[in-house]
Amino acid sequence: MNRPAVKAPADETPAVRTETLEGPGGHAGDAAPAHALKVVTTKHPGRWAAAAVVGVLLAMAASALITNPAWDWDVVGEYLFAPSVLHAVLFTLQLTALGIGIGFLLGTVLAIMRLSRNPLLSSVAWGYVALFRSIPLILQLLFWYNLALLYQRISFGVPFGPSFFDIGTMDLISPVTAAVLGLGLHQAAYCSEIVRAGLLSVDPGQREAAAALGIPWRRQLFKIVLPQAMRSIVPTAGNEIIGLVKGTSVVYIMALPELFYQIQVIYSRNGRVIALLLVATVWYLLITSVLSVAQYYVERHYAKGRK
Amino acid sequence: MSTAMVDLRDVHKSFGSLEVLRGVDLRVARGEVTVILGPSGSGKSTLLRTVNHLEKVDSGSVRVDGELVGYRQSGDKLYELREREILRQRTRIGFVFQSFNLFPHLTALENVVEAPVSAQRRPKEEVRELALRLLDRVGLSEKKDAYPRQLSGGQQQRVAIARALALEPKVILFDEPTSALDPELVGEVLDVVKDLARSGTTMIVVTHEIGFAREVADTVVFMDDGRVVEQGPPSQVLDSPRHERTRAFLSKVL
Repeated sequence: MNRPAVKAPADETPAVRTETLEGPGGHAGDAAPAHALKVVTTKHPGRWAAAAVVGVLLAMAASALITNPAWDWDVVGEYLFAPSVLHAVLFTLQLTALGIGIGFLLGTVLAIMRLSRNPLLSSVAWGYVALFRSIPLILQLLFWYNLALLYQRISFGVPFGPSFFDIGTMDLISPVTAAVLGLGLHQAAYCSEIVRAGLLSVDPGQREAAAALGIPWRRQLFKIVLPQAMRSIVPTAGNEIIGLVKGTSVVYIMALPELFYQIQVIYSRNGRVIALLLVATVWYLLITSVLSVAQYYVERHYAKGRK
Repeated sequence: MSTAMVDLRDVHKSFGSLEVLRGVDLRVARGEVTVILGPSGSGKSTLLRTVNHLEKVDSGSVRVDGELVGYRQSGDKLYELREREILRQRTRIGFVFQSFNLFPHLTALENVVEAPVSAQRRPKEEVRELALRLLDRVGLSEKKDAYPRQLSGGQQQRVAIARALALEPKVILFDEPTSALDPELVGEVLDVVKDLARSGTTMIVVTHEIGFAREVADTVVFMDDGRVVEQGPPSQVLDSPRHERTRAFLSKVL
């Protein structure tokens, strides 16, 4: 494109300048002043090309999923709502709920102990977290499962004093109890750190203001500090819960009929390995999606006053 | 026995090796306004915080309306009170913070209602009406449903004052109530404090606002280096200070 033959002097008025641009070359056409022109946005050819590549890859993946008969989609459909699978899903949900329930209950107690001014309380809480974070969950589960090898009987009574009754360890700690204990105690170590981080994230001035107003200790914690701590607790707690939904699959080593164990049982019988792995995948995907949506609403609730 | 509402005797307080209060005596009569002035680090905020036992004293006594704060005397010993007792005493001693410290997840009204209901166990409906009256008094009845974050600094501090008043305290302590505010918002908060002063509320105000001290204070206390250097009516302390350190301080801030 040719540049205009004559460059307009700086002090010339726009009108005169337009005249100049309309001169002999005629490239500028009958241009109006800039403020009246139509805006044409920049094109992003690179972005378009990248999108096209991703689109093709997606189509290839979809086609690979649909056209290859080895995925056995009809078998997936057949087993997705089979009673044995539904029971396993329910058991997985129960394990998750119990694990997270014990985890956050004990975790909150540990977090409060850790922040206590009593050195024994705070160091016991510290020690618990250090210990249970160090032991792999699978190893801990096997410990609980085999507790009877360590102590044959467990008795209840006055510490170091008389015992009121005792019970065989095998009867008290069934495989299910061992699984729940293992998951809960393991989870408590992580939950305690999450709750502690949340409590520390609240401005100390909040606790001080509540104390200056004479608000009772428990109310300070549950009405003033914890609701504010929830803002930083919920996102990480969401991670933990979703992690645990999938984490429950490790209890398959104790032959408990949760989702992962159950589908292994089924495919070892009928040989449809891929289809049944897909059944489990679909269920894990579904549960975590529901939890993610729930998390969104819980977060919105605790965002009150923080717009 | 004096009739002082607040009576501090020989109060000492150290943080580690740093002695912040080195034997402070202070008496505030019923219905009077005492303004504490002094350079930063002089111990005035710490002194204020000993009055409601937010800071424990190392030695000396703090009495509000004749009652020892934080301790119980038995024979020749002072026994520290249980947390619950201290919390009960604090409901009679209002405190207004420099940084407001409103509860951000509660509305203005909920902030005011919280303590009388949970700490004094007064009926919710009665407290709600009182809270609405108090918000009206500080000029914020239209903001009752606003969250602190939606309010300006001056409005937040006025809610904080209403929150302290809702407990119907015997004395209100103000810890630099306007220091965190933009200059144009200082006036609206001081107007509320002045209004309280005129209505006969006993108050101790730590501040840097000399004009406010001159207008409102019955007694001005000048502190430096953990001690009360001089005290008296504003005309005396502010206009003809006897002490060199007071003069040096005033020449810097006036």
